[in-house]
Amino acid sequence: MASAPDNAPMHLHATHPGQVPDYIARPIMRVENVDVYYGDFRAVTEVNLEFGLHEITALIGPSGCGKSTLLRSLNRMNDLIDGARVDGEILFHGENIYSKGVDPIEVRRRIGMVFQKPNPFPKSIYDNIAYGPRVTGMKVESMDDLVEESLTRAALWDEVKDKLKQSAIGLSGGQQQRLCIARAISVRPDVILMDEPCASLDPIATMRIEDLMQELREQYTIVIVTHNMQQAARVADRTAFFTAQVSEGTGARTGVLVEYGTTTQIFEDPNDQRTEDYISGRFG
Amino acid sequence: MLANTTASDTEATTTASTGGPTTPSGRPPRSSLAGRARPGEAVIKLVLRLAAAVAVLTTIGIVIALLVPAIGFFREVQVFDFLFGDRWAPRFADASFGVIPLVTATLWTTAIALLVAVPLGLGAAIFLSEYARPRVRNTLKPILELLAGIPTVVYGLFALQFIQTTVFREWLRLDTGAFSVLAAGLVMGVMIIPTVASISEDAMSAVPMSLRQGSFALGANRMQTSLRVVFPAALSGVMAAVVLGISRAVGETMIVAIAAGSQARIVTGPLEQGQTMTGFIANAALGDSRVGSLEYDTLYAVGLLLFLITLIVNFISIRLVRRFRQAY
Repeated sequence: MASAPDNAPMHLHATHPGQVPDYIARPIMRVENVDVYYGDFRAVTEVNLEFGLHEITALIGPSGCGKSTLLRSLNRMNDLIDGARVDGEILFHGENIYSKGVDPIEVRRRIGMVFQKPNPFPKSIYDNIAYGPRVTGMKVESMDDLVEESLTRAALWDEVKDKLKQSAIGLSGGQQQRLCIARAISVRPDVILMDEPCASLDPIATMRIEDLMQELREQYTIVIVTHNMQQAARVADRTAFFTAQVSEGTGARTGVLVEYGTTTQIFEDPNDQRTEDYISGRFG
Repeated sequence: MLANTTASDTEATTTASTGGPTTPSGRPPRSSLAGRARPGEAVIKLVLRLAAAVAVLTTIGIVIALLVPAIGFFREVQVFDFLFGDRWAPRFADASFGVIPLVTATLWTTAIALLVAVPLGLGAAIFLSEYARPRVRNTLKPILELLAGIPTVVYGLFALQFIQTTVFREWLRLDTGAFSVLAAGLVMGVMIIPTVASISEDAMSAVPMSLRQGSFALGANRMQTSLRVVFPAALSGVMAAVVLGISRAVGETMIVAIAAGSQARIVTGPLEQGQTMTGFIANAALGDSRVGSLEYDTLYAVGLLLFLITLIVNFISIRLVRRFRQAY
């Protein structure tokens, strides 16, 4: 998949946002033979994946298939959970983020995250955005400009420019989530991980976030976990389908990657029966 | 009160007991939304209301009990002379009722106690809530709370015998007498640590995990997350802990009665002895002042002042919390 044939076939669909070739020309992250454990419990096993620069990759699959677990290991958020462990390598610009000497704090600055439930800090809108640059010691010429730029990119500036000093808690759910996206891009990450970012939003707010993702894709690489298959089909260039495999001996459920390809291929011409069953609604 | 309870009973209805097709007597079924008398509920409500009323009435009673003798006192002594006089000598022939000496001693012991209890208490709270693993926290917190269970008379003896006599006079050879506000204040601070730590820890633990995750995901470290996100979000609880600490320090009696001294003179340094407001009340209440005498009323005037001071501290803190709190 990483190799790029000269005359690679293109799947072009006018309605689809991600008109990407079926090979990844410029990978930014690589997941190699990754197992994630919580104590003795193996949540995900044998995952191999690649994320292309300025692409949107969706991780889909039924509950308990380990997609969120995998997402959280991509920026070492799992470090915060007692007993969580990652085997294998996760390469970011070719460097294993789990190797010794790598600072998880720096990893998280370069690979940002947006959570399922909007979690703005109980501070002013301005301070929510300024928090990341301040704590990471970013050299900022004008914080006001940075705040405006981040909010503008997150398509929130016009709605909040007159109330920057007001608490972020007063915003609507959709606005809060766009604020969290603005907060994530304020520290200028390369990659933004999104863990079901629209799960708690209404359809209109969801649509705005999806539009926003298309704009952000120009500058960032996005990996999104979603339960909503239509959402994956609408926004993602590539889709990885995970499922939970039940071990015959112990009955333990472990997440496995079933199939990975362009979103068009996964949704229109899946190679694996399990993928086809899932996307056609026969399972999960 | 009873009429009130039955009225509100009809609003809330359970569906469990209603809605059967017919009643045993064969009458047509009642509407499934109809109310039903629940006498147990009314009794419980009454008991709970009584419990609340007792607490409120007791407080009012205390205020009245303080006010009546205190009014007697202020018939004899000008309020101004009491509040701003700098000589406290209620038992002397030329009696003088300036409360400033007592207030200075209370301020000294309270300030010293807070200098010990607030940093250490908040430090302990941040450690327990943000750094300690669950097992460590579950072991350390009960031990810390044990400190709060030590009788204050034991703290008082410790302050007098060990801190003042052994440490200050024998080891450090400080220029101090048999008592000092410093010894009393330091030990009082230690006594208050569990109060401050435990309540602040509760407040910080209650801050949602998602806020910490949001902070870590931006590249903040644990200290930044604790101090800039968790602490401000828990501020109202933390302030409540500090205010409770202040109230305990101002009102603490045994430690200061034993270790701070018993001469009412204006305190100008931490190594001086001094009688606090509570110390005076404890000493004088042991004496044989006749009910209704001016000396007897003096106790209540000082008591009323103590009460007002804690009340003002509470009011100020509520204001501060309203202004600075970050509600999540």
